[in-house]
Amino acid sequence: MSTTTLTHDEAHHHEAPKGWRRWLFSTNHKDIGTLYLLFALVMLFLGGASAMLIRLELFQPGIQLLDPDLYNNLVTNHALIMIFGGVMPAAAGLANWMIPMMIGAPDMALPRLNNLSFWILPAAATMLILSFVIPFFPGGGTQINTGWTIYPPLSLQVGMSMDFLIFAIHLLGISSVLASINIIVTLLNMRAPGMTLMKMPMFCWTWLVTAFLLILVIPVLAGGVTMLLFDRHFGTSFFDAAGGGDPVLFQHLFWFFGHPEVYILLLPSIGVLAHVIPAFARKPLFGYKSMVGAMLAVATIGMVVWAHHQYTVGMSLGAVTYFMIGTILISIPVGLMVFNFIATIWRGAMTFETPMLFAVGIVLMFTFGGLSGVMLAVVPADMQYHDSMFVVAHFHYVLMPGAVFGLFAGVFYWLPKWTGHMYDEKLGKLFFWTNVIGFNITFFPQHFLGLAGMPRRIVDYNMMFTEFNVVSSIGAMIFGLSHLLLLYIVIKTIRGGKKAESRAWEGAKGLEWELDSPPAFHTWTVAPQIK
Amino acid sequence: MSVKEHSGDYFLPDPSPWPVIAMVSLLMTLIGAALAMNGVAIGQFIVVAGLLLFFYLLYSWFRDVIKENLSDCYNKQVDTSFRMGMFWFIASEVFFFLSFFGALFYIRNIALPWLGGDGYLGATNEILYTGFESTWPSHGPGELGGAFQPMGPWGVPAINTLLLLSSGVTITWAHWGLKLDNQKQLVWGLIATIVLGVLFVILQAYEYGHAYAELNLTLESGAYGSTFYMLTGFHGFHVTMGAIMLMAMLGRSLKSHFSAHNHFAFEAVAWYWHFVDVVWLGLFIFVYWL
Repeated sequence: MSTTTLTHDEAHHHEAPKGWRRWLFSTNHKDIGTLYLLFALVMLFLGGASAMLIRLELFQPGIQLLDPDLYNNLVTNHALIMIFGGVMPAAAGLANWMIPMMIGAPDMALPRLNNLSFWILPAAATMLILSFVIPFFPGGGTQINTGWTIYPPLSLQVGMSMDFLIFAIHLLGISSVLASINIIVTLLNMRAPGMTLMKMPMFCWTWLVTAFLLILVIPVLAGGVTMLLFDRHFGTSFFDAAGGGDPVLFQHLFWFFGHPEVYILLLPSIGVLAHVIPAFARKPLFGYKSMVGAMLAVATIGMVVWAHHQYTVGMSLGAVTYFMIGTILISIPVGLMVFNFIATIWRGAMTFETPMLFAVGIVLMFTFGGLSGVMLAVVPADMQYHDSMFVVAHFHYVLMPGAVFGLFAGVFYWLPKWTGHMYDEKLGKLFFWTNVIGFNITFFPQHFLGLAGMPRRIVDYNMMFTEFNVVSSIGAMIFGLSHLLLLYIVIKTIRGGKKAESRAWEGAKGLEWELDSPPAFHTWTVAPQIK
Repeated sequence: MSVKEHSGDYFLPDPSPWPVIAMVSLLMTLIGAALAMNGVAIGQFIVVAGLLLFFYLLYSWFRDVIKENLSDCYNKQVDTSFRMGMFWFIASEVFFFLSFFGALFYIRNIALPWLGGDGYLGATNEILYTGFESTWPSHGPGELGGAFQPMGPWGVPAINTLLLLSSGVTITWAHWGLKLDNQKQLVWGLIATIVLGVLFVILQAYEYGHAYAELNLTLESGAYGSTFYMLTGFHGFHVTMGAIMLMAMLGRSLKSHFSAHNHFAFEAVAWYWHFVDVVWLGLFIFVYWL
C-alpha cells in the first residue's frame, strides 16, 4: 500500500473542476444535486411518454395500439419510472442542493458516498429499460405484465425481464439507502453552531423523517424481491402454497415498503410547501412544532397500516379492522398539516408567483386526494372500489399534487438561487395553468369511471365507459405536453434571464438566501452562527 | 448574524472516480447475473468481470480513505459522520434481516395454519389440501423436495453459537487493547476473532453438506428449507464479509494504523461483528431451536 501523504491544502480546492470529470467524479453537493434533478427530468419524460401511450390506447374501447401484455408492461414501467426515477431523485436533488445551504454546512457529510448514490441511479434505469426491451428480442421471454407491485404467482411466470427488474429494484434500493444515510448524517452532524433540531428549516425536517422511513422500509422490499428471485430460480417456496408458503406474504412485504413509500414521496414536497407558502404569504409558518409532531405521527402510523392495500385478498376480520382504523387515523395529522398551511395563508400579504400557485394547488387538490383516500380506507366501500379506476384517480390526486407539484413549486422557488436568473414568470404561470387544468381533465373523470365499475390495468373496456375515457385521454395529452413548457422554461432560465438577487423573493427566509445567486462552488466553508 | 469558525475544517474530498466505477461494476455484475440465471452462457463471465472490478474498486476506494486518514485530514466532526453513517448502515441491514424473519413468522403462524384448515380460510384445506396438518418443520401440502429431517439446535449450531459469542468477547478484548495502546493485545485479539469467525464459516459449510447429503434438507424443501437456507445463508455471507473486514483490520493493526484516539475503522468492523452476532442469536432461537 502506498504511503504517500496528502497535505491539507492539496485536498482542498475552491474552484469548480473542469470538463466531464466535474460531473462524473463530483464530490460537490450542488453538482450532484443538479445531476439528480436532470436525471429526474429525463425520467419524467420517459414515464410521461409511457403514460401518454397508455392514454392513447384507452382513447377508444378495443385494442388499437398495444398488445395486452405490452400495455401492462407500460403500466409497470410508468409507475416504476415515475416513482423511483422521477419523484425520488428529484426530491433527492432538492435535498442535495438545499440541505447543506439551509443548515450552514460546507457540503453533504459524506461527499463520495453522495456521488455513488446518484450514479447507481443511471445503472438502475439501464436495468429497468433493459427489462422493457428484452422481450422484443428472440428468446427474451414474456413482457412484465404484473404492474409495479410484481405480485407472485404471476411474477414467477414472467421471463428473463423480471430478473432485470428485480435487480433494478435492488439498485434503486441501494441508492436510496445510501442517500438516506448521507442525509441523516448531514442533518444530525453538520448543522451550523446554534441551529438546534427545532430551529431546523422544515424542508430539512421532512427529509430527516423521509430518510428514516427509507432506511427502515427499503431493505424489506429488497428482502421481498430477493425471495422472489429465489422462488423463480432456486426452488424455494416462499410464495408457493404447495410448499407451505403464501403469495400474500409477498404482498405484505411489498406494502410494508409500499405504503411508507407514499409518505417518502410526499413529505419532501410538504417540506417545500412549508417554505413557499410563508415566503409568498409573507408570514412565518403557522405551528412549526405541531408540523414536526404531525409529520412524526404520519411516519409512525404510516409504518403500521400497510395492509389497507390488500383488503380483498382475504385477511382475518380483526386484521382488516385494525388496518382500516389505523389508516383513517392518519388523516388526523395530515389534516393538521393542511390546517397549518391554511392558517399560514390566513390574512397574509399574498402574491401569486408560480411557486405559490403550485402551493395553493397542492393544498386544494392534495386534500381532495386525501378525502378519496378516506373513502378507500373504509373496508366495505373498498370492496367495491378495489382495483378500479377510482384507485388510479385517487393516487394520482395524492401523488401529482402531493409530490410532483411540490417538486415543481420547489424548482420554481429555488431556480433563481441555482441559476442566478429569474425564470419567465408569464411562462411559469402558463405552465401552471395548462398543467393543472390538464391534470384535472385527465384524472377527475377517472373517479366516475371507477365508481361505474371500470377496472384498472386492463387494455380494453366496455363501450359504456367511452365518453369519460375520451375526455381523460384528451386531458392527458394536454397534461403530458405541458411539460415541454417546463423543459423550455428551465433551459431558458439556465441560459439567461433577469439577474436574481441573493434574496430572490421578497418574503424568503433562511440561510440559503444569504448566499449569492448562483452560490459559489463551495458555500458555508465557514459556518454561520445561528442566534 | 455573527460568523464563527467551524471546529476545524471539515474535509471535503477531491473528485473521485470510484463511485462511477462502482456503478459500472454493479451494473456488470447484475446484468451478468440476470443473464446467467436464464442460461445465457456469457452471463457468468460478465459476473466475474464485474466482481473483479468491484473488488479492485473497494481496494482503491479504501486505500484513498486510509491515505487521507493517515495524513490527518479527518477531524472530530468527520469521524462522527463516519460513525453515524456506519450506525445507520447497520440499521438498514437489521431491517433486511427482519424481512426474512418476518417471512418465517408469517409462514409459521399464519400461512401454515390456514393451509391446515384454521380460521375462516379453512375451506382451502377442505378443497385443495384435504388432510394436510399444519406442523413445523413443514414442506407444505405439496411435500416439496421429498421427506427430510430438520436441523436440530444441539450439535453444530450450538458449537457455532459458542464460537460467535466468544468471538464477540475476543474482539472487545482487542478493542480494550487498542484503547490502552497495547498493540500485542489488539493483534492477538483480532487473530483470535478471525480464527473463531473462520471456524464458524467452515462448520456452517460442513452443516450444509450434512443437510444436503444426509438429511435431504435442501433449498427445495418447502417453506422450512426456504427459510432455513435463506436466513442462515445470508447470515453466513455477512459473517464471511465480517471476517474479511477483520482481516483488513488485522493488516492495518500490524502496520500500526490505529491509535487509541483514531480507530474508527476498527470500531465500525467491531459493531458490524456484534450485529452479525446478534442476528445469529435470533437465528439460533427461531430457526434452529423453537
